[in-house]
Amino acid sequence: MIGAFANILGRLTLNAFPHDPITIGGAVFMVGSFLAVMGMVTYFKRWKWLWKDWFTSLDPKKIGVMYMVVALVMLVRGGIDALMMRAQQATSVGASHGILSSNHFQQVFSAHGTIMIFFVAMGLMFGLINLVLPLQLGARDVAFPFLNSMAFWLFVAGMILVNLSLFIGEFSAAGWLAYPPLSELHYSPGVGVDYWIWSLQIAGIGSLLSGINFLVTIFKMRAPGMTLMKMPMFAWSVLGAMTLVIFAFPILTATLALLFLDRILGTHFFTAGGGGNAMMYVNLIWAWGHPEVYILILPAFGVFSEVVATFSRKMLFGYKSMVWAIWAIVFLSFTVWLHHFFTMGAGADVNAFFGIMTMIIAIPTGVKIFNWLFTMYRGNIHFATPMLWFLGFIVLFTIGGVAGVLMAVPPADFQFHNSLFLVAHFHTMIVSGVLFGDFAGIMYWFPKVFGFRLNERLGKYAFFCWLVGFILAFVPLYILGLMGATRRLDHYSASLGWQPLFIVAGVGALIIALGVALQILQFIVSFVLRDNTRDNTGDPWNGRTLEWSTPSPAPFYNFAHIPEVSTKDAFWAMKQRPKNEKDKELPYHDIVLPQNTGVGVYIAAGAFLFGFCMIWHIFWLAALSLLGIIILAVIRTSRDSHEQVVSASMVERIEAERLRGGEAV
Amino acid sequence: MNKKVKFSFIGLVCLAVLLTAAWYLHRTNLPVLEPKGQVGHQELDLIIFGSVLSLVVIVPVFMLLFTFAWRYREGNPRAKERYRPELDHSIATETIWWLIPSALILVLSIVTWNSSHQLDPYRPLASSAKQMNIQVIALDWRWLFIYPEQHVASMNFVQFPQNTPVDFTITSDAPMNSFWIPQLGGQIYAMPGMTTQLHLIASHLGEFNGYSANISGKGFADMTFVAKSSTPGGFNNWVRTVRQSHQKLSEETYNKLLQPSEDHSVIYYSNVQNGLFDAEVMKYMVPGLMTGTDNQLRITQRTSASSHQSHSSTYKSMPGMST
Amino acid sequence: MSQEAEAIAIEHLRHDTERRAASEKTLFGFWVYLMTDCVLFASLFATYAVLHHNTFGGPSGKQIFDMPYVLTETLLLLTSSFTCGLGVLSARRRDKRLVLVLFGITLLLGASFLGMELSEFRNLALAGNSWRRSGFLSSYFTLVGTHGLHIAIGLLWMAVMMVRVKRGHLSDNMVKRLTLLSLFWHFLDVIWIFIFTIVYLMGALGV
Repeated sequence: MIGAFANILGRLTLNAFPHDPITIGGAVFMVGSFLAVMGMVTYFKRWKWLWKDWFTSLDPKKIGVMYMVVALVMLVRGGIDALMMRAQQATSVGASHGILSSNHFQQVFSAHGTIMIFFVAMGLMFGLINLVLPLQLGARDVAFPFLNSMAFWLFVAGMILVNLSLFIGEFSAAGWLAYPPLSELHYSPGVGVDYWIWSLQIAGIGSLLSGINFLVTIFKMRAPGMTLMKMPMFAWSVLGAMTLVIFAFPILTATLALLFLDRILGTHFFTAGGGGNAMMYVNLIWAWGHPEVYILILPAFGVFSEVVATFSRKMLFGYKSMVWAIWAIVFLSFTVWLHHFFTMGAGADVNAFFGIMTMIIAIPTGVKIFNWLFTMYRGNIHFATPMLWFLGFIVLFTIGGVAGVLMAVPPADFQFHNSLFLVAHFHTMIVSGVLFGDFAGIMYWFPKVFGFRLNERLGKYAFFCWLVGFILAFVPLYILGLMGATRRLDHYSASLGWQPLFIVAGVGALIIALGVALQILQFIVSFVLRDNTRDNTGDPWNGRTLEWSTPSPAPFYNFAHIPEVSTKDAFWAMKQRPKNEKDKELPYHDIVLPQNTGVGVYIAAGAFLFGFCMIWHIFWLAALSLLGIIILAVIRTSRDSHEQVVSASMVERIEAERLRGGEAV
Repeated sequence: MNKKVKFSFIGLVCLAVLLTAAWYLHRTNLPVLEPKGQVGHQELDLIIFGSVLSLVVIVPVFMLLFTFAWRYREGNPRAKERYRPELDHSIATETIWWLIPSALILVLSIVTWNSSHQLDPYRPLASSAKQMNIQVIALDWRWLFIYPEQHVASMNFVQFPQNTPVDFTITSDAPMNSFWIPQLGGQIYAMPGMTTQLHLIASHLGEFNGYSANISGKGFADMTFVAKSSTPGGFNNWVRTVRQSHQKLSEETYNKLLQPSEDHSVIYYSNVQNGLFDAEVMKYMVPGLMTGTDNQLRITQRTSASSHQSHSSTYKSMPGMST
Repeated sequence: MSQEAEAIAIEHLRHDTERRAASEKTLFGFWVYLMTDCVLFASLFATYAVLHHNTFGGPSGKQIFDMPYVLTETLLLLTSSFTCGLGVLSARRRDKRLVLVLFGITLLLGASFLGMELSEFRNLALAGNSWRRSGFLSSYFTLVGTHGLHIAIGLLWMAVMMVRVKRGHLSDNMVKRLTLLSLFWHFLDVIWIFIFTIVYLMGALGV
């Protein structure tokens, strides 16, 4: 009987629950915070509100906010991982073995990388796109609202899987890209790698769907008159990034599937022996992984383009150059993946080719930087917090970029590869390029979504903490790399003299943590004092693009009248035009919007269950959840219409109320 | 006034930090920047060349950034008259910053192409001295060095004569590792079922740290070794010492080494079985060479109670296993 | 025409344009999806290209591929693509009965293709040549199997659509969906041509 029961649950047994104090602590903390949030929602009787107004919503602005919330919570989770790594490396020297066991340390950095890329950077990116893109295009919605909701919930399902590994089983200890043969069953027999595979697989399919969705949105839903060459630069960047998603993410899907087949069915794709080829995995994963870097960074570039133009009160300099630069980057990003493994011994010709291609990417990137600088030229620059993030970005990104060009020379890379120099390089690029951009975007578009601005003073403090903390945390890593310190070390010998630098890096990490705390405080303080910073004009920054032409917070239908566009920086042009033309009274029309639905949540729940069961080999339940997903999909597609109509009179009433509300304040 | 005090204070702090850093760097050892061999030297030259070339971009970017930020700030009384909101492109200047970086990259590309060939790790080094071959096997989590000409082997320690080019032939009988002696030159991966090659030479006497630069499991962090460059006489003496070891390296003793171990003591082996290295590479490529016993040992070592599937079963079930 | 009627007519026109735009979006989106699926197959083809010599002492393609059998499979699938295309044409003419018959034939042909493929897989596995045998066989089973999985999804989709056609009427929306289904089916046909050429033909020739 017990045997049968054990079989029902696959390889899931009581042993799967944590037994060492730090993991238990982490698990208790996570479960505790989760229960606390649940309790609060229950206490304030907000479940119905959450479900009806948020979880089932197909409004991209709400989905965007949910992406942001998840990503920021994950930023804290990944940040705690980072602090643990810093603590370990600052203490684990010589006779001391630090606070973590080596296996636990390896799980921590694997989780840190996975979470930061997939659930923080991707989350912030898709969050911003959801918030801003339809508004910038003058559209009421995205092309496929249901797909959008489903993609978000798949992202959540993947996120839950990563975090679940804290208290049921273990996470992968094979690094964030899980190179075989280490990640094969032979060397990693536990469930860790399977957690990694399935959380990425599920979230990755969500990203792929989002990619299709936003690409079609840009091509088919622009406001009348907005030709491609009149789009805001952010929209161009998103178009570039989504093109990359469409071509890169299927490779990730295939690669993860093959690795899982190796682990569960005993195929020989990447095994050592049996006719497998581990080098193929490394090629495949980077054929996705390098474009992924640009998937994250292009939208952030787009944010900077908007920010620098708005706060310099000038049109973006070199619009056409910028567009060409984006497409050069998109194309080139598929021709450089091998620079992640020059040390695999591919031969001089191959290495040199990929090295040169890598350097060529620096050209369009450099062009973008000069265009941003010349947007400031003869401007009238207002140094609001988003602009500070931009300045910080230029400083750090240029330095990191130079380190990158150095590493693009294969023989030089032989000395940098897999050292802390490399770690410092890619953190410089991704933190300054992606995170700073997303933070600038949050500050910039926050009033459009919530109707009030964020506190500037706290924002600036947070920025300086990030900047100083970053320099303190990562300059020592550049130096450590030159001292021969490799990445992912849970212990090193005292005679190497590395400890002081690791301690400095730890201090830097703490200052960054302070910055994050200030950012959280900024949200709270700004919310409490929201009456002081309310935006009644809809245009708090003297903006240039269409999102600022609608009131703040933007109504759920975005625009009462779909704007007509004749130039780039359409809203700026509208503001320059004489008043009487703008004031022409237009009649209101019915607005068709999608109905809320919970099917996306259910399908993602099914996907989560499926992933969990595959991890633990509970195949009967996996089959059931797959069946459930199919049934849900069939039901969803069986109805012809999922639309609701907001009548013209209703729109009129809402608009009138807004106008009155605006006057009252 | 207050602002002035604030800025001078920040300036002082920065200066103090920089001075401390300079003093610290001065007295610490930076192996990549202090190479002890030809390959390392050439790689360092490349790094310096690239860095200097990059200054051509960095300096203007920083100058423009801070100048523009200062001159065109809102608070500047003269910013208003300088303000030109319609200035949104200029073919001439845009051409400049398409072309200048392109020119830099062109220069760097030529250097890249040449250096990639010149410093190709597979390329033998020109030297009057006769090249020496050392076979390297990355194990879990130790380094085994086999001297095929001397028929000896050494664990976690490798020695070679000064000014003699060394041809390291590298494989792994464990997950992927990366073989790296920073003071002598860059790294290359060690992969099961494959061999890679790295040519290095030491121009100085001394002991250099060697690392595995790629994660290979639990004990990877301390998977270090010492590479010693000695006089030719010193090397011959060392070989003689190794030959006196009672430990011998045969297929059988080698298979025992495949058990994961975090023992980092140096072990010497006299009398290494001929062709051992090639056999360990080939066993991943051809069925039947994988010895069942050793595989079984490793499986019991690694497999937790929750999992009993393993790849060894597929090897065993294959026909032709007995050969 | 009264003003009110005119307003209603304009509103009607607007809705119509919106619906057409929506249908265009779906079609474009589906093409983009097919593109991503193409990349997925491209990755699997690349994997096969890398591994197809890694027989690890096991059989090569030449030894296990039964060309007449595979040719029969191919003809089944090609014919099904033809009937599927005819099915969409009759759907555009709103001929419900013909739609059911033609998609019924497509369904049967597709199902026989899948049956033949599964039986081929079974025979290989029984002969000791399963996906565990070698890198070559792993990539073979995965590439061909992924195509088979797509076929299975297509068959399921077709069955659901047929039930809906039978129960309801051929609305614009229905025709649009049948068009998407046929696009998917033709896409699988194209992928199969590549599999037939690269895996089977070149395999049998020992390239």
